[in-house]
Amino acid sequence: MSLVLDIFSIVAICAGAFFFLAGTAGLLRFPDALTRLHALTKADNLGLGLVVLGLLPHVDGVLEGLKLVAIWAAVLLASAIVSQLIARVARRESEPQ
Amino acid sequence: MSSVTLFGLLAALLVGLGLYGLIVHPHPLRKILSFNLLGGGVFLLLGVVARRGAGAGLAGDPVPQALVITGLVVAFAGTALAVMLLLRLFQESGTASLRADALAGKDAKKVDR
Amino acid sequence: MSWAFTFDVALTALVLGVAIWTLSLRENFGAVVAFAVYGLTLTLVWLRLGAPDVALTEAAIGSGLTGALLLAAAARLRSTEAAIAAESPGGGVRVAAAVLSAIVAGGIVLAVLALPVPAPSLAPNAVADLAATGLGNAVTGVLMAYRAADTLLEKVVVLIAVIAVWSLADSRVWGGRPGPAHRAEPDGALAFLARRLPPLGIVAGVYIAWVGADMPGGAFPGGTIIAAMWLLTIMAGVKDTPPISSRGLRLALTVGPAVFLAVGLCGFFIADAFLAYPVAYAKPLIVLVEVGMVLTIAVSLGLLMAGPPERSGK
Repeated sequence: MSLVLDIFSIVAICAGAFFFLAGTAGLLRFPDALTRLHALTKADNLGLGLVVLGLLPHVDGVLEGLKLVAIWAAVLLASAIVSQLIARVARRESEPQ
Repeated sequence: MSSVTLFGLLAALLVGLGLYGLIVHPHPLRKILSFNLLGGGVFLLLGVVARRGAGAGLAGDPVPQALVITGLVVAFAGTALAVMLLLRLFQESGTASLRADALAGKDAKKVDR
Repeated sequence: MSWAFTFDVALTALVLGVAIWTLSLRENFGAVVAFAVYGLTLTLVWLRLGAPDVALTEAAIGSGLTGALLLAAAARLRSTEAAIAAESPGGGVRVAAAVLSAIVAGGIVLAVLALPVPAPSLAPNAVADLAATGLGNAVTGVLMAYRAADTLLEKVVVLIAVIAVWSLADSRVWGGRPGPAHRAEPDGALAFLARRLPPLGIVAGVYIAWVGADMPGGAFPGGTIIAAMWLLTIMAGVKDTPPISSRGLRLALTVGPAVFLAVGLCGFFIADAFLAYPVAYAKPLIVLVEVGMVLTIAVSLGLLMAGPPERSGK
């Protein structure tokens, strides 16, 4: 049973790391701010979510698992708001005068 | 070479880089930034000393770690004061330059932010 | 080479790369963002060095608050960048600076390689007396019990820094509100965040401060999180900065050092020295001091970020 949980954790964390890699590649290669924000949301939502999912089988209790999920939820909230604010400024700056 | 020695060498390089940036960059805000880079290297050196003092069931000697925590807070207070001084200089003289001749003709000038 | 060492080598290369990137950027704004990234990579190094309390403080203060402070300053000073770029030093100064930096770095490398083996350590001493303080976290024990005088002095130093920042105010607005009046759409995203996040943030900050007695945490990261929540409400225009002449604000600023000092002076009567705790009451006294500390840290760090008064307090 613990072998299955370990394999699950490794697969989930590797998948999360892949999304972080994809998000970073998008940040470096995409042409403008809006497309870069689009790439970064994949890292925040899916990447962190999969890493948290992979860590859940190894927590010491329900409370710790809830704390991990709460961290993910807080990051989601903050990154959503910040992406919206950056996108609004980027759109305003790119509009023709 | 162990990881701890590796981080000690990293600390030395960060101090060198921070010092170079402090001397070479003309803008005072960049100087403040380089100074913080330098500070990070110094704290890392203390962290290396703490790690080497691991024992009695702890992962590191707690005394240097407590010194670093105190140092981080005081460094932030110092950085905040430096930045506020710089902003006041800009408000009074319209330039952020620290050179005497750049400030010489601007005694009575106040600038709108 | 083990996997852990390979990871450490990669991490060292990352920190070095980010530091060089910070120094080489042209615009101030980009350099400050790179500096915030530098702070976060240093947080990873602290974790590898077995110092989670320091990692929390570095992420909160070193990267977060310092980054926000420098970002606001870079935005305000944007118009000065072009003029100052002309003052860049020439090749001779650069070479001399590089030589000096290399000598200093080389000296530190020699010092690191010459560190004594076996390393001297105070860890056994710290652990031996920890049970008497009622704490489980040795770093908190050092901060609040063994080297409590250092922490008291640090609180006073931060208070002096706040007063020094206030002293930069124009004399016409002395006693007024720090910073410009922030305005954001009341229905917008920032105001939404400023209403939803602070309750969670304050709970998280109090939790980290409370749990620091036995697990990684402590008053400093906890107070910083609460300060950040306060600053968020200010930046979204939900609340305005209080006038610095307000009594409540000044009380919050001084309650930390005052309680710490009072407990220290009581040490002469109920124990046998300044800042000594009697064994039976050590934990409650430490908690009392920490409550005052968290409040003062939150208010002080917030005020250091907000700056000197710029508007009158009416």
